[in-house]
Amino acid sequence: MEITLWHLLDSLLAILLLGLGWAALSGTDLKRGVVLFMAFGLLLSLIWARLRAPDLALAEAAIGAGLSGALLLLALRDKEKSENNLGQPGFLPGLASLLLMLLLAASFALAYVSAVTGHEGGRLAGLAFGNLEQSGVSNPVTAVLLNFRAYDTLLELAVLLAATLGILALGSERRPFRRPGVLLEGLVAWISPLLVIVAGYLLWAGAHAPGGAFQAGALLAAAIVMLRLGGMRSDHLPGPLVQRWLLVGGITAFMLTGYLASFLGLVFLQYPDGRAGLLILLIESAAMLSIALSLGLAYIGGRPSGWENRSSRGRSS
Amino acid sequence: MIETVLLTASLLLLVILITGLMRALIGPSLQDRMLSIQLLGTGGVALLILLGLLLDIEALVDTALVLALLAAVAAAALTRREKRHD
Amino acid sequence: MIELLGSLFILASLAFFAAGSIGLLRLPGVHARLHALTKADNLGLGLLVAGAGLIGGDLLLALKLLLVWLLVMIASAIAAYLIAGHAMNDREES
Repeated sequence: MEITLWHLLDSLLAILLLGLGWAALSGTDLKRGVVLFMAFGLLLSLIWARLRAPDLALAEAAIGAGLSGALLLLALRDKEKSENNLGQPGFLPGLASLLLMLLLAASFALAYVSAVTGHEGGRLAGLAFGNLEQSGVSNPVTAVLLNFRAYDTLLELAVLLAATLGILALGSERRPFRRPGVLLEGLVAWISPLLVIVAGYLLWAGAHAPGGAFQAGALLAAAIVMLRLGGMRSDHLPGPLVQRWLLVGGITAFMLTGYLASFLGLVFLQYPDGRAGLLILLIESAAMLSIALSLGLAYIGGRPSGWENRSSRGRSS
Repeated sequence: MIETVLLTASLLLLVILITGLMRALIGPSLQDRMLSIQLLGTGGVALLILLGLLLDIEALVDTALVLALLAAVAAAALTRREKRHD
Repeated sequence: MIELLGSLFILASLAFFAAGSIGLLRLPGVHARLHALTKADNLGLGLLVAGAGLIGGDLLLALKLLLVWLLVMIASAIAAYLIAGHAMNDREES
């Protein structure tokens, strides 16, 4: 097998990925670990791009490189500076992790060997591409997520909602940031609308090009993070009732579409003929807002301050 | 022909970025590491553009745009301080 | 011909990325290393975008690339300021 430049590039990327992963987890300084973890996410986005998966590259750039790092940094802020250094693990945890790592390594080796030497099975991609025209969109990833496997996406949104409920149950939000300097304020002022515009573009483009609800939602969440860093308090967010509806909006859109299909005599979540494109766009818009607010609430850290007032309506906070 | 040039450029760029990452591993202070991440961000944008040309995927330029925006968000998140007494 | 020019631009941009990377490693102190970064952002990415625009051939693509370059320059300038300010605050507190 001849060594091409592509092999060199791929090997370099793979070695760098392993090295960065190791470096991010090793050492005792946690802030160093978070910074390296951001680099890891960035590199992962590049690798997805190399593997011809632009949808994944978009999502990883937004979530892995940006949002996860910001969330981890928040977690570090609660500790004193001296507490941000880990101690050495004990003997039993160390042994357990070693065994787990050996098990993982063996599984990967097995997968690699069978992938290289085994026979090629049938590819599901052929099935997806074959039915692409009836799906209502021309981006195969969107077709799979929002049409062929829409039920899975519905369940994913339910998982996200469950996580958000957990965050809301944890307590009130974190302290907002103080008033920023003039340059950061300027940055927030122009980058937040730009993030919103690019999010809208990705949502629209998701039908025919890489993009979609998850990527757009992550970008909107980044806008919320940016506003938060610029000193936004929670009373600048829409009111609690609006927030609640936005959070369940994605799942609601899915369920309504599903029941509509049953009402029309079709299978649950089967799109009526010709309407698939429009319904997918509506569902994706609602899902984008849900995802954005869920991630935004995760960054805010708990119930926004306006939520306590609803107890008089009979809902407990 | 053009593919070879682009591929070689990508390889060289990746090597350059790896050397820049050394600062993130060594760099005594947190700010040194942040600078390294910034360089990786800009280099990542460049690499995405090159890959977009190589693989003929125009969406990678969109990804580069997203990466540029998120690098700014990351820098802001890294440097922001929450005051003890607010 | 145009592709040749584009390739030359791209290869030239690598020199500036290298300058940025080496400067990051060799210069003393955070504030000096900041200067190294700007070489990569301005001319490094700028030449690359110029070369990519020439090779790509599509006008819309070239405009998108231009937008990305402007964005990176402005955002990194502000990020450099933020990081430098952070470093200075650290020095004041210690």
